[in-house]
Amino acid sequence: MEVPILKQGDFLIATIQAALTDADLLHLRTALLQQVVRRRSRGVIVDVTSLDVMDSFASRTLREIAQMIHLRGAEMVIVGIQPEVAFAMVQLGLKLEHVATALDLEEGLAHLKQKSESTL
Amino acid sequence: MENEIQVPINSDQDIVTARQKGRLLAAELGFSSGDATLIATAISELARNIVTYAKSGRITLTVINGSARQGVQVVAQDQGPGIGDIQQALRDGFSTSGSLGLGLPGVMRIVDEFEIVSEKDRGTTVKAQKWKR
Repeated sequence: MEVPILKQGDFLIATIQAALTDADLLHLRTALLQQVVRRRSRGVIVDVTSLDVMDSFASRTLREIAQMIHLRGAEMVIVGIQPEVAFAMVQLGLKLEHVATALDLEEGLAHLKQKSESTL
Repeated sequence: MENEIQVPINSDQDIVTARQKGRLLAAELGFSSGDATLIATAISELARNIVTYAKSGRITLTVINGSARQGVQVVAQDQGPGIGDIQQALRDGFSTSGSLGLGLPGVMRIVDEFEIVSEKDRGTTVKAQKWKR
């Protein structure tokens, strides 16, 4: 299932569902980058509240997306990592280094607003 | 509750199916939500190894009964190229395709029993067990 991407002001919000395949993730990578360029977005939120498994492929792909978006001069925040998922990621040794995270959508948006204001 | 569930693994969609069935089985057995997530994540890694390295294979989920407790056994089986150096594959940070990295060592860490048999050009079988706490 494709990940829907919504535009909100200068930001994009991608909401991931539970049954996320590898192909969906790679599609998200392409779609997000295209939209960041086309819409000149300053920030991206990837909402993983519904995601019940974050394995090595998912965490690596999200890390890559964050790096690519950063190179475009925008910022990405991952929001809503569930406690069980966080627990499993730490046990597995999976890292989201250099990727901003926030509790939920609201805090993610607040983080992006603060970032984009400080760079103006 | 079924005592054995077989999931053929041929595509990335099957990875999702396998991990969802694993989570459901663990929940039915009364595993905590945290442990069910660990089991689902382990299945995801093992199923992806099949798709990446062997193209096809299968995951078999079995309910196992100990003297005083139950558990889940995950067997990931393929007839792929096999793993050349198992010791190396089980070390953190090792990957031949550049994609795996922490796959096997991570799985080994989060389960209670872990066994791997691999033969060149004959395939790989990984058996992992996790007991209910």
